[in-house]
Amino acid sequence: MYTASDLRKGLRLKIDNEPFIITEFNFVKPGKGQALYRTKLKNMLNGNQFERTFRSVDNFETADLREKKMQYLYKEGDKYCFMDNENYEQVYLTEEQVGDAVNFLLDNIEVEILLFEDRPIGISLPNFVDLVVTEAEPWAKGDTVSGATKPVKVQTGYTIFVPTFVTEGEKIRIDTRTGEYLTRVKG
Amino acid sequence: MSTFHQDDHFYLARKSQTLRLRARFFQSIRSFFIKQDFLEVETPIRIPSPAPEEHIEAIPSGNWFLQTSPELCMKRLLAAGYPRIFQFSKCFRADERGDRHLPEFTMLEWYVAQFNYQQLMHQCEAMLIATLKNMGYDQYLVRQNRKIDLTSPWERITVADAFFRYAPMSCPEALAKDQFDEILVEHIEPRLGADRPIFLYDYPAPLAALSKIKKSDPAVAERFELYIGGMEMANGFSELTDADEQRRRFEEASEVRAAKHWAHYDMPEKFLQALQTMPEAAGIALGIDRMMMLLANTAIIDDVIAFPPETL
Repeated sequence: MYTASDLRKGLRLKIDNEPFIITEFNFVKPGKGQALYRTKLKNMLNGNQFERTFRSVDNFETADLREKKMQYLYKEGDKYCFMDNENYEQVYLTEEQVGDAVNFLLDNIEVEILLFEDRPIGISLPNFVDLVVTEAEPWAKGDTVSGATKPVKVQTGYTIFVPTFVTEGEKIRIDTRTGEYLTRVKG
Repeated sequence: MSTFHQDDHFYLARKSQTLRLRARFFQSIRSFFIKQDFLEVETPIRIPSPAPEEHIEAIPSGNWFLQTSPELCMKRLLAAGYPRIFQFSKCFRADERGDRHLPEFTMLEWYVAQFNYQQLMHQCEAMLIATLKNMGYDQYLVRQNRKIDLTSPWERITVADAFFRYAPMSCPEALAKDQFDEILVEHIEPRLGADRPIFLYDYPAPLAALSKIKKSDPAVAERFELYIGGMEMANGFSELTDADEQRRRFEEASEVRAAKHWAHYDMPEKFLQALQTMPEAAGIALGIDRMMMLLANTAIIDDVIAFPPETL
């Protein structure tokens, strides 16, 4: 069970026997009024979205979801193929089910496949991934603290805005929930 | 997670313009109040008994609490004969975090003896117009590519009319269905102050908090809120000066709080005692961080302070 104060972007709930993920979340509260939790929920099976406002007294059922480690093999048409490393079974996900995870998907990497009542329904990404910058404009020295950003490309082909001091070949940490740059990482 | 110093500097350096603007805003407000013969005061942030309110929870600090607002101590000053007072203070509210909420935020609060809420609305408008003009905003603010016209007089609308104009049900109906806050937040607030600042006033009596009930219409309280660009900026009212009535409201709120297992506060007896001699007055609290969001043209409150809690 969750209570309303547990709600946040990315949390997964079960409503009417189907799994939902919170795609947008905002805490709102008139100064003297009660706390309200405005959410946009996405059905994890069919992608349908709707908005709902909850109160702090509301409770929620947790969705029966689990993750299984699998290896990403290849893309075939509009399907993505993954292999279960334990029993070598292959499972397929649609573009829609993969979603924004495609920005962080490298050939042959191990990913967590999300199962809802044993059916594969999507990819479960860690909150943070570290990727190498493959294309970047060189850094004009002395530009350390201007707060300016520039676009760079990482190894998956994803384009992201980073501080100007980030250079080609460096590894950066990306928040997969927002798709935004967090920091450089060592090594 | 280990971060480079350079990254920390980056996030702070990016805020330099906003932090400078924030400092100027403080200076500009302060000079307005000093010119108007107000006394700048300080009251303790850590207090033994906050005002029991149904929907505001204080953060404990030892056996005491961090203030949720400086209201009680400021009213004790009013009662002791300080007729025009203002202060900037840090306020703390448990579990309030969102794009427009920080658990620690900055409030500007001021009180004027012998004022009512109508006079205070005028003064609030005059203060903000003068303050912003002093900072170079002669006539407009720009919010998300939309101009907000600051020219006086600002609009006013009663809560009942706002429901009539924007909501799918009337205000009494919303209260009866316990839907007041939802309707306010979803249907009304986003429409308020989009093109010009607007005062929403005459709140239903059950939502009076520490304000006076209107003599000519006991169904409403002499309470108002200022909205600019769809955001709640300030809350003000003609102050309730009836200590018995105030105690009764506190007791009611305490019962509601107990029912949801919120912290028990001792009755703020010294405040209730002071209320017996407090002059008629009006007071208002204005969110500095929210105003800064307007000036910096951002939808995220984190952008207008140097250190959001998650960065500490």
